Amino acid sequence: MLKLPIYLDHNATTPMDPRVLEAMLPYFVENFGNAASRNHSFGWQAEEAVDYAREQIAQLIGADPKEIIITSGATEGDNLGIKGVFEMYATKGNHIITCTTEHKAVLDTCKHLEKLGAEVTYLEVQPDGLIDLKQLEAAMRPTTILVAIMYANNEIGVIQPVKEISAIAKKHGALFFTDAVQAVGKIPVDVNADGIDIMAFTAHKMYGPKGVGALYVRRKNPRVKVTAQMDGGGHERGMRSGTLNVPGIVGFGKACEVARLDMAADTERISKLRDKLENALTQIEESYVNGNPAHRLPHVSNISFKYVEGEGLMMGFNKDIALSSGSACTSASLEPSYVLKALGLGDDLAHSSLRFGLGRNTTEEQIDFTIKAVTETVLKLREMSPLWEMFKDGVDIDAIQWAHH
Amino acid sequence: MAYSDKVIDHYSNPKNVGTLDKASKSVGTGLVGAPECGDVMRLQIEVDQATGLITDAKFKTFGCGSAIASSSLATEWLKGKTIDEAVKIDNMDLVEELNLPPVKIHCSVLAEDAIKAAINDFRSKNGMEELVFEQSHV
Repeated sequence: MLKLPIYLDHNATTPMDPRVLEAMLPYFVENFGNAASRNHSFGWQAEEAVDYAREQIAQLIGADPKEIIITSGATEGDNLGIKGVFEMYATKGNHIITCTTEHKAVLDTCKHLEKLGAEVTYLEVQPDGLIDLKQLEAAMRPTTILVAIMYANNEIGVIQPVKEISAIAKKHGALFFTDAVQAVGKIPVDVNADGIDIMAFTAHKMYGPKGVGALYVRRKNPRVKVTAQMDGGGHERGMRSGTLNVPGIVGFGKACEVARLDMAADTERISKLRDKLENALTQIEESYVNGNPAHRLPHVSNISFKYVEGEGLMMGFNKDIALSSGSACTSASLEPSYVLKALGLGDDLAHSSLRFGLGRNTTEEQIDFTIKAVTETVLKLREMSPLWEMFKDGVDIDAIQWAHH
Repeated sequence: MAYSDKVIDHYSNPKNVGTLDKASKSVGTGLVGAPECGDVMRLQIEVDQATGLITDAKFKTFGCGSAIASSSLATEWLKGKTIDEAVKIDNMDLVEELNLPPVKIHCSVLAEDAIKAAINDFRSKNGMEELVFEQSHV
């Protein structure tokens, strides 16, 4: 029996894996020690658990455990990574390069730094969502201290050419930071092979608990340091003070281990389901996949259904299927997705988009149900859409003088 | 955001979806909104020339559930009214009836604008002066 509702919003968050919960449970009531308590067994036990988790986390990304700075999540990681570099390397320069499709945690951090004297270049992306390496090369300056480009995009799933980006940064003596929230645990990420200096990621996007994440900070070639953004007891090699969230960290470690071991099988299964969904939904007339289909996360599909509006579309099935839309109406603001607009999509197509984020528990039965529900709703709403009628009558909708309000 | 039952009902069973002959002299058409804003409403009325009564009303809407519900409800209210009565339909009446939250009030404004645009289209087709309306409040 198909159980409803179906969850297809795994880019927003993931359910915790039961194996992760099991690993965490002993660290709430029984082993509750503070990992910084050096003088008794409660503290030692907690420290040992954190050390083990740190190894599990490091192993997933090919890092040394000492390079893992525990944070509360990727927003903190983005802030600490970017602000920390800006402060630490102030004598070297003040120029940061990022791109327009970054997460708000990166963009707003950069905007904040601009007020403090940073110069920030926001690279535009190409229509497929990837940055243009030539533009990056051209944007590099002697004062460039940091290139901050995400590993994979949260809305459309495109994977940036991180190896090439890091090589360009290195050539010009800048550090490379990447927000890898959507990538780590989903696709192979190796900080050495990819040339990453600093990387933010988080547990809850990979079947771990909410409220815990990590910032990878390279220790060798080059040795990178970031200025702490929170002062206190000097935890995490002085880069992030605050009592460690031991159960969360243990869960994060377990989630990393599970991801590492299950990744190949998960990817194969999930990408087949994603492709099935995408192939079926693009059978619908005037539907378009957003983002480069070849350089994309295996579990994401972002599709625009022209002439229907995203929120109206979701309303047709949102009691049964949970997913996201790039439509303005789903957010507090009335602006449609800035990521989709950055691809050069008109506002109308951005308003008409749905993001399908599949996950570890997604089944073929759920995908079949989704295909049917989405298709039926698109067709029903098009019968109700004046734009669809005009399109079918051959009216040039772009030529109409719309009254903007 | 949760939708009110009335919005869900109009969305699931919209009343008066369709198209009237916009070339006909007895039909007034209002097309408001813009695709870039995520809402386009087309509302049409058919008026009995002799009595001034609105005998039929149809809509098509590109937009969220609240926009669809606002236009669906508007067509229900229009039928059987005279043009003079129809002019008085206020967006806040739609808001109240549908329990629209503040962020969706613009949907009701659009529906009111569509009614007025349809009436003016009918008036100008039939040699009457277009009415001038105050700007609705969003």
